[in-house]
Amino acid sequence: MSGGAQNADRADAIEVRELRHRFGPQQVLNGVNLKCPRGRITTIVGPSGCGKTVLLKHLNLLLRADSGSILIDGVDVTRLGAAGLDEVRRKFGMLFQAGALFDSMTVFDNVAFPLVENTRSGRDEIALKVREMLANVGLEGMERKYPSELSGGMQKRAALARALVRNPKILMLDEPTTGLDPTRTGSIHALVRHTQQRFGLTVVMVSHDVPAVFEISDRVAFMHEGRMRLVGTPTEVTSARDEIFDRFLAGRVAADERDAATL
Amino acid sequence: MARFLEPIARLGALIIDNVVALGNFVVFLASALWCAITPPYKPRLAIRQMRTIGAESIMLVALIGAFTGMVLGLQGYNTLRRFGSEGALGTVVALVLVRELGPVLSALMVTARAGSAMAAELGSMQATEQIDALAVMAINPVQYLVSPRVLAGVISFPLLTGIFDVIGIWGGYVIGVGLMGAPAGSYFNGIAQNMTGHDIMSGLYKALVFGLVVMWVCCYKGYHAQRMATGVSRATTEAVVLSSVLILAWDYFLTSILL
Repeated sequence: MSGGAQNADRADAIEVRELRHRFGPQQVLNGVNLKCPRGRITTIVGPSGCGKTVLLKHLNLLLRADSGSILIDGVDVTRLGAAGLDEVRRKFGMLFQAGALFDSMTVFDNVAFPLVENTRSGRDEIALKVREMLANVGLEGMERKYPSELSGGMQKRAALARALVRNPKILMLDEPTTGLDPTRTGSIHALVRHTQQRFGLTVVMVSHDVPAVFEISDRVAFMHEGRMRLVGTPTEVTSARDEIFDRFLAGRVAADERDAATL
Repeated sequence: MARFLEPIARLGALIIDNVVALGNFVVFLASALWCAITPPYKPRLAIRQMRTIGAESIMLVALIGAFTGMVLGLQGYNTLRRFGSEGALGTVVALVLVRELGPVLSALMVTARAGSAMAAELGSMQATEQIDALAVMAINPVQYLVSPRVLAGVISFPLLTGIFDVIGIWGGYVIGVGLMGAPAGSYFNGIAQNMTGHDIMSGLYKALVFGLVVMWVCCYKGYHAQRMATGVSRATTEAVVLSSVLILAWDYFLTSILL
């Protein structure tokens, strides 16, 4: 099979090679290498300021790197022009940290938006798809509500429905459980896992929620000072006896216990 | 670096930053205009913005126009009477309104009302990552958010100016003729004799330019607001202030060209 035509057969949906990006005096991405296997959940974790959100913004093409390459389905997106980039963007759905729903539109219009703007589907077809997606995320009956009328967790679910409505192959999530109370994080994680299995998605997730997120991760990438320090399965990473990672984990666990104790 | 060079380096950095910001500002407008003339076209969005910027500003513009016309009638009559030229009241009121006060005051009012709302709206969209969400969905945020507003401004401002002018002229009549007793016939006759198409068109050209400038500035400030609460409020304030200053500055330049 020629490599160009059969990109979807590649084992890694996303491959990052020696990615570098500098913001002013700060080298935020310092040679990042990462492979996100197809059909699996890859979680990027790390202390605040390590560059994980910036990395995600490179993967979803909001930022362009200074050097290095990103291969999505075998195509090097760092070499593409605007039209090529739009083509690649259609392969993914993104869930932003606060949902980023359009507040002047109802939930229905928000979820329908990618279909209305980017496809030629008819109204009935769109309505069917929207209702199906809302049911998938447990928000049936919420179509007429505005985002401001929903709780934080419900907003994230609606945003997830919007991210999935065009059947993307890759789903990216920026801290999906941050800002939710601990009882809700379990249900969001379960929803992500369920959705990934149901649609066979490749998922890339940035999360602060360690170690809870390890339960649904197939691969974990621990980022530190602009590069990947540890990459592997959750078991491999937690048993690697890396001092910096262990300190990071201990710090997060202590913070979680403090939060739980104040509830 | 030698200490005496540091202030020079800082001045240099300041100048460079400002030139870069100015460049970004111009590129933003160029990009918005380009998106307005390339597909995919979004006429529905532009029409929606014309409702927000134009139609919903009519009452405000009419009110300001009425008061402006009335005060011109009053002041005009009092001044002209000293020279025995009350008959010129209509001409004076109409020319001042059509050439200057119509475009400038209606632009300032719409800036305060719609321009500030626009900067705040785009600023809070930026702060909540809604603009990034559009980009990630392969929708050009400038084409979707900014171009319709610029187009709506360019169309709405001259129309609102026209409304301001007409109501202002009537306001001048009600006070100058009705209240103060200026001769009724020469009010409108004076206008018919002394106002030319060039007077009217120059007022409308000004309004068109103001519409472009106000929408450009307010959208730019909102789009580039810093992602925090003070960021949005600062963007809104700067948008209104800068728009107002540019309206008056451009008014001078355009007047000197069009006169």
